[in-house]
Amino acid sequence: MSAPSTASAPQAKLNPNGAGAAAVLAAGIGSFLVAAFAILADKAPSIKSLMNFYKPTGPLSGVTTCAIVVWLAVWALLHWRWSSRSVEIGRVTAAAFILLFLGLLLTFPPIADLL
Amino acid sequence: MEITVRGLWTMIHGMGFGALYLMACSGALVEFYRRYRSPLGPEIEVEDERFLRIYLAAMAVLAWLTVLTGAYIIYPWYRAVPPPGTASLAAFPQRLLMSNPSTAAWHSIGMEWKEHIAWLVPISITMAAVVFSQYRRSLRIHPELRAAVLGFVWASLFAAGIAGFFGAMLNKNAPVAGGPTIHIVPEEQK
Repeated sequence: MSAPSTASAPQAKLNPNGAGAAAVLAAGIGSFLVAAFAILADKAPSIKSLMNFYKPTGPLSGVTTCAIVVWLAVWALLHWRWSSRSVEIGRVTAAAFILLFLGLLLTFPPIADLL
Repeated sequence: MEITVRGLWTMIHGMGFGALYLMACSGALVEFYRRYRSPLGPEIEVEDERFLRIYLAAMAVLAWLTVLTGAYIIYPWYRAVPPPGTASLAAFPQRLLMSNPSTAAWHSIGMEWKEHIAWLVPISITMAAVVFSQYRRSLRIHPELRAAVLGFVWASLFAAGIAGFFGAMLNKNAPVAGGPTIHIVPEEQK
């Protein structure tokens, strides 16, 4: 039988929000980067050919690989900076949601084509 | 009864990994709300927490398998260029869709949106799985963090829904098929 337990205020001090905030903000940045790299590859033929990492998949391979690599690098960097402390989580999540929303919006071709 | 290798992979990608992710996502959202909606709610059992941790990790694996099989196995078949003089475009779905003005938007909007928005799913759910794994029951005392995780899980459901819808419609209008045929049930004798 497992023991039930409830988190308490002292636990919050022992468990700062920095690591979580780093993950959330990095996810927002990663989501935005997928759209940003896709638009860049679509608008600039030189970037499009650079993004052609795997020929059968075409520029999508480079767009997504670059976004994933930068997302993971940003996540690692933010984690290293924030993991042992608490940060102003409200501003971090607001920024992450704005980036996520932009990512969702800018992947929609009719909107991306307006840029 | 038979299926082509390309058809089988498309089924594994869409109806296997993708559809399973969509169903799992609904379950994860229900569990999150049920267990973490209030710091004053019923206590969370260690076993329940472990279950949700494994569940989210499995969802992240499913999401990665979906986008990777889609981008690196099926998409090359979808976007293959027919050799000059090809009479039938049936084996070249992208060109088949673009050859007709009434179906061209399935590619220019449907596939163009799907191939990018789908990648927001593994990013979001990997973050959710890692944050949940790090904070576990103490997520109850981090309401903003919990709200952020929930928001990203909702976004992943939306993105997976878009990708799934267009995947199904694209495959209806221009199926990815071809390659060796697998005979599931031998031909019936008349």
